Amino acid sequence: MLRYTVRRLLETIPVLLLLVTLTFFMIRLAPGGPFSQERNVTPEVQRALESHYGLDKPLFAQYLDYLASLSKGDLGPSFRFANKTVNELIADAFPVSFELGCWALLVALVIGLPVGILAACRPNTGLDYFPMSLAMVGICLPTFVMGPLLALVFGIHFDWLNPAGWFGWKDRILPALTLGGYYAAYVARLSRGGMLEVLSQDFIRTAKAKGATGRRIVFKHALRGGMLPVIAFLGPAIAGMIAGSFVVETIFQVPGLGQFFVKAATNRDYTMVMGTVLFFASLILILNLVVDILLTWLNPRLRFE
Amino acid sequence: MVPHSQSNSGLGTFLFSFLISVLLLGCSGGGQISDPSKMVFHLGNGEEIEDVDPHTSTGVTEHNVIGSLFEGLVNLHPETLEAEPGVAERWTISEDGTEYTFHLRDGAQWSNGDALTAKDFYDSFQRILTPSLAAEYANMLFVVENAEDFYRGRISDFTEVGFDVPDPLTLKVTLRAPIPYFLNMLGYHYSWWAVHIPTVSKFGGMERKGTDWTRPENIVSNGPFILNEWRVNQYISVVKNTNYWDAANVKLDEVKFFHYGSLDTEERAFRGGQLHVTYDMLRPKIPWYQENNSEVLQIDDYLGVYFYRVNVNQEHLKDKRVRQALALSINRKQIVEGILKDGSKAAFHIVPKNTAGFLSEATFEEDLEKAKSLLAEAGYPNGEGFPGVEIMFNTQETHKSIAEAVQQMWKKGLGINATLANQEWKVYLDMQDTLDYQISRSGWIGDYIDPNTFLEMWKTGDGNNDTGWSNQAFDRLIDQAATEPDNAKRYSLFQDAEKILMEEMPVIPIYHYAKPYLKSPKVKGWHGNLLSHHPLKHVYLTP
Repeated sequence: MLRYTVRRLLETIPVLLLLVTLTFFMIRLAPGGPFSQERNVTPEVQRALESHYGLDKPLFAQYLDYLASLSKGDLGPSFRFANKTVNELIADAFPVSFELGCWALLVALVIGLPVGILAACRPNTGLDYFPMSLAMVGICLPTFVMGPLLALVFGIHFDWLNPAGWFGWKDRILPALTLGGYYAAYVARLSRGGMLEVLSQDFIRTAKAKGATGRRIVFKHALRGGMLPVIAFLGPAIAGMIAGSFVVETIFQVPGLGQFFVKAATNRDYTMVMGTVLFFASLILILNLVVDILLTWLNPRLRFE
Repeated sequence: MVPHSQSNSGLGTFLFSFLISVLLLGCSGGGQISDPSKMVFHLGNGEEIEDVDPHTSTGVTEHNVIGSLFEGLVNLHPETLEAEPGVAERWTISEDGTEYTFHLRDGAQWSNGDALTAKDFYDSFQRILTPSLAAEYANMLFVVENAEDFYRGRISDFTEVGFDVPDPLTLKVTLRAPIPYFLNMLGYHYSWWAVHIPTVSKFGGMERKGTDWTRPENIVSNGPFILNEWRVNQYISVVKNTNYWDAANVKLDEVKFFHYGSLDTEERAFRGGQLHVTYDMLRPKIPWYQENNSEVLQIDDYLGVYFYRVNVNQEHLKDKRVRQALALSINRKQIVEGILKDGSKAAFHIVPKNTAGFLSEATFEEDLEKAKSLLAEAGYPNGEGFPGVEIMFNTQETHKSIAEAVQQMWKKGLGINATLANQEWKVYLDMQDTLDYQISRSGWIGDYIDPNTFLEMWKTGDGNNDTGWSNQAFDRLIDQAATEPDNAKRYSLFQDAEKILMEEMPVIPIYHYAKPYLKSPKVKGWHGNLLSHHPLKHVYLTP
């Protein structure tokens, strides 16, 4: 397992390098630059700004410079926020996104799993149809509808919570429900499907024949196999949740990473684009690795060592 | 193979420890937003700001924060925008209007207690005129004698620039020509404000932008408030500066500038009682507020114009009769009242009405028959043979609706086919700048209250012209106006210049802006004005 992990980690290096290279040149190809704005800057100012950020050097030299500072863990200064570095902005924003992601994941699992399992145990009954139709609605209802709706009802109509902001623990509720509710719907459907498949297998029948109780069959025998699709889904989903959701962060004014991710591209904040892409990619690679390890651990058939 | 029981408890342990870690994280929350013992003003302030360095920042939202932290030689009256004493308690102007002598108030201080002297302003002016600082607004100071020569390296001795400090409390400024809007600019535009040189130098920021001197723990400023906290994409908090000369009259204890990523969110925050004043509002919501909650709806005139640039280098747009026909066939009333509904006014000239008392004479009237005959004269009767035009705009709902309306008007009225092209913001800017368009949606907000800020840009080769249009008579008039000492004559030169502009029509005015926003009735001392300039030292809240 250790050799496998180390090998997988080593494999991420060329992947990231390729990604850095592609992103670096692609963002430079996009029309417009970090300094273009409605009021045109004079050529002198343009030159001074370019020299300030090292953009006056040949592109390939800039690329090598970037790689050199990257190897030291330095993501460079932000073009948009004059006195801040990309490292610092990510370090400030990521914990917020991470916290929101964790709450959302909790919502997704606490709602999604029981609903899915229950539906699988009572297939084609009201306990199946009703929650599953709700889950379908949850999948179809985008966060940009759900979020404002929750904010209007609980933030303005009942005035129980702040409609926007990220100040106290109460402010975590609405964004977490919005983001988590969406994933809960997926988790419910996936766990139902996974459980149904496992419950129809021979070893379950054997367990039943041996007189195992319903509870024992579900929790002891079926759950582990039934969760496989959910876990495979959760890897990238967790990355998506904790790396920040632009939509949910914008709706509730959550100062997380998602807002940077989108705005850096529209602002042509080159270093910030590179920083967020790299960070997000590393996160996905690591989480995928964790999921793969978890899956091999849960499913002996996947083991090859 | 792992035994069953172990794997189950493993999953359980994982979930359990995860839950605990999440709960622990959840405890590290920030403070609540309301504190009844202090007067805290919550202000929506658009997009997150770049920086608070008055010399290198550029935007309107930056202006609002910087305006609370710094103060220039003069202030502007919150209602009339007339110059009032600021750091300078009085000033004299020479007869020919080119020499200003400012007498700074004795005892004015920086927020750290250092004395504020004329030398601070002198050194600050030198800083912004240093090219390596890359100050985008350095050209605001070019009205001063030799300032441009110093900036461009034609002279290297700063003492030759028209600033002089005869004693620590006196500052003399010599302009290259009389500039009637000079005091207004000093009060409004942060490029003219002073920075605390020892602090700026300490962090290496005299010739470099983006250093650490503007961080809350480092910054020293001279305005009614000091920077307290800066949470990116959330809020900026400024608190009362006790060393400010007029601190006794500053009523707010703290101002929080909130930076919302969307206008929808901002409006919900306002309705939820989290904001006293919003930065802007979505146009489709205005009618609802007008009917149901007009008490909080505020619509101010705003010094800006929305127009279409025409690329005169395009073969079929070279003929001014075509451009006139396009301008005459737009029904502006329909756009203003049917689409915008936000108090904007139909525009038949570029300079907004009442810009420092200037009333444009160069107006035209919408006239579809005349437009048709102009188009026919240009060789396209009923639009026949006309290759069509493309209207480019940056992706936004309002721009799209207006472009669609104009497309219909041209199709029905002139028989011209227009296509629409929306572009992402930076792509749009790039295409406009390189004249890679036919017709481009544009807007311009005045930097100071004077017709010059709306007319100078159309000179040949000006960095903001972006139409390819060039007219020597127009250039001459603008140049003459720049040195004309008599304001009445100056205005008549501007009138003539604008007449040429509206005759040639490289730009088609559509409407003059209004600024709609929401304001709680608790807010006092806040006045609507053309510059949307709201000095926070005058603002207070009633219970």
